[in-house]
Amino acid sequence: MNRGRHAALDVIVVAGLVLYVTPLLWQVVTSLTPDAAIAAGGWPGALVLDHYRVVLARSPMPRALVNSAAVAVIATTLAAGLGILAAYPLARRLLPGRRLIMLAVVLSTAFPAIATVAPLYLIVRALGLRDTWAALVLADASFALPLMIWLLVGFLRELPPALEEAAFVDGAGRVATLRHVILPALAPGAAAAALLTFLFTWNEFLFAYTFTATEASRTAPVALALFPGVFEVPWGDIAAASILASLPPIAIVVLLQRHLVRGLLAGSLKD
Amino acid sequence: MIARGERRFGFLLAAPALIVLAGVTLYPVAHVLVLSLQRRVPIFGIADWVGAANYGFLARDPAFWNAARVTLTFVVASVALELVLGVAVALALQRQHRWRAVAVALLLLPWCLPGVVTARTFEWIYHPTGILARAAAGLVGAGSTNWLGDPALALGAVVAADVWRTMPFVALLCYARLLGIPAEVYEAATVDGAGGIATVRAITLPLLAPVLLMVALFRTLDALRAFDLMFVLTGGGPAATTETLAVFAYRSLFQTLQLGYGAAVSTVVFVLVGATAALYLAAAGRAEARR
Repeated sequence: MNRGRHAALDVIVVAGLVLYVTPLLWQVVTSLTPDAAIAAGGWPGALVLDHYRVVLARSPMPRALVNSAAVAVIATTLAAGLGILAAYPLARRLLPGRRLIMLAVVLSTAFPAIATVAPLYLIVRALGLRDTWAALVLADASFALPLMIWLLVGFLRELPPALEEAAFVDGAGRVATLRHVILPALAPGAAAAALLTFLFTWNEFLFAYTFTATEASRTAPVALALFPGVFEVPWGDIAAASILASLPPIAIVVLLQRHLVRGLLAGSLKD
Repeated sequence: MIARGERRFGFLLAAPALIVLAGVTLYPVAHVLVLSLQRRVPIFGIADWVGAANYGFLARDPAFWNAARVTLTFVVASVALELVLGVAVALALQRQHRWRAVAVALLLLPWCLPGVVTARTFEWIYHPTGILARAAAGLVGAGSTNWLGDPALALGAVVAADVWRTMPFVALLCYARLLGIPAEVYEAATVDGAGGIATVRAITLPLLAPVLLMVALFRTLDALRAFDLMFVLTGGGPAATTETLAVFAYRSLFQTLQLGYGAAVSTVVFVLVGATAALYLAAAGRAEARR
């Protein structure tokens, strides 16, 4: 192939992908279109920020975004902490029955949330955790834990054994080795796994919809699903709220793509 | 043999995660099985043992069979479309040289969005006054179409939205596999005089097959438990034509509040997911044995 054909192909592929993203772009355009233009059904004459002002000043969305951020950050931290502790003995053969445990871990990555949501709801209610961050953190962190462990065990096995052996020879114990040798080497992998967990937790809907009751704990997807409209559906406001709820995932894809893809591929292409 | 001290250390490290998994994942699955053997209507304080009665009722419930049919149609249609489109996109990306990071970012945008955002985005696109109906009216002079309100069209519309958001996952994994194929393999094919399509059929697709099988499994498992898209987009309607088993289970559990019956439906979803995973493991094992 010559150079001109290469360049043409590159343009066509990217243009095709831009076309593919049109539904999202249309939502962006709608979020900037004045209500009158939306009602008239024409193209936006002028782009305005009115819908964002309404959503940020007079809707449950700001509070929901805070709830989402808090739940996603705490659940991801918890899952990463528990995951690292569990992945180390599983990867380094320090645990009896680890084949069985790994099989259970792999199988539970496929668990349908709909199968556990009812008993979890009963637990949440019994513990008095309904409509709290704690309920969502508990559900989301444990739901993300199997994938987290699976990814981390994979990353740990990729680390050269010489790394630890050198530390042992120097007289470092298991704990010191884990803290000062393993953790720093594992950091990129752990970051990739944490990004995936954050993304899934931010987007999670079923648990968030079921365990919350008021604005005190509703997350962004729930607030968006329940977005209030009095007489007419406020398409512009809903579009603005959609874009706000999508900003963290979009930022991850655009700014941290390399880490995200690393996590995605590690979770899928290994067996 | 693991030394005793090492074993205790390992167990101490793993214990918190294992306790959480046991308490918040395994216990609920066991509990849902128990619930499915009861008649539980919490608001009336009813909790009786009924044995397998819920499953008997389920087998005679047209709403359950409708949900099973909708789920099957949804899974087959969306997974098939995602695989075909995903491979096509991966092949296109493989031939691209510049702006690869830009292409991957664009590709992953639909995939990364919350399902609720996808639902509300397509709700507006499919609305009778939305862009799709207007475009159809402008292009072919069709009258206003209510895509989500027409029982004949709604499931197709939901499938299209699902394909839009999950095809990128298929494309990315296939693309990553294609990048791993050494250039020499293609050069050898060109030397042998194989054309573009012949190369794809003889080299690319066979090398892609193991990844495709695994992606098909992931996508099937996800499609079987799909919930947010149809729950927000159509609520299972019109006339239950988009009511999947997950939506049906949710409505039984939390809207009509028949906890036992809903638990039975949830168990069916769980068994379907487990059976699919087992089938895949068997197929992968056989493919491994043949090699």
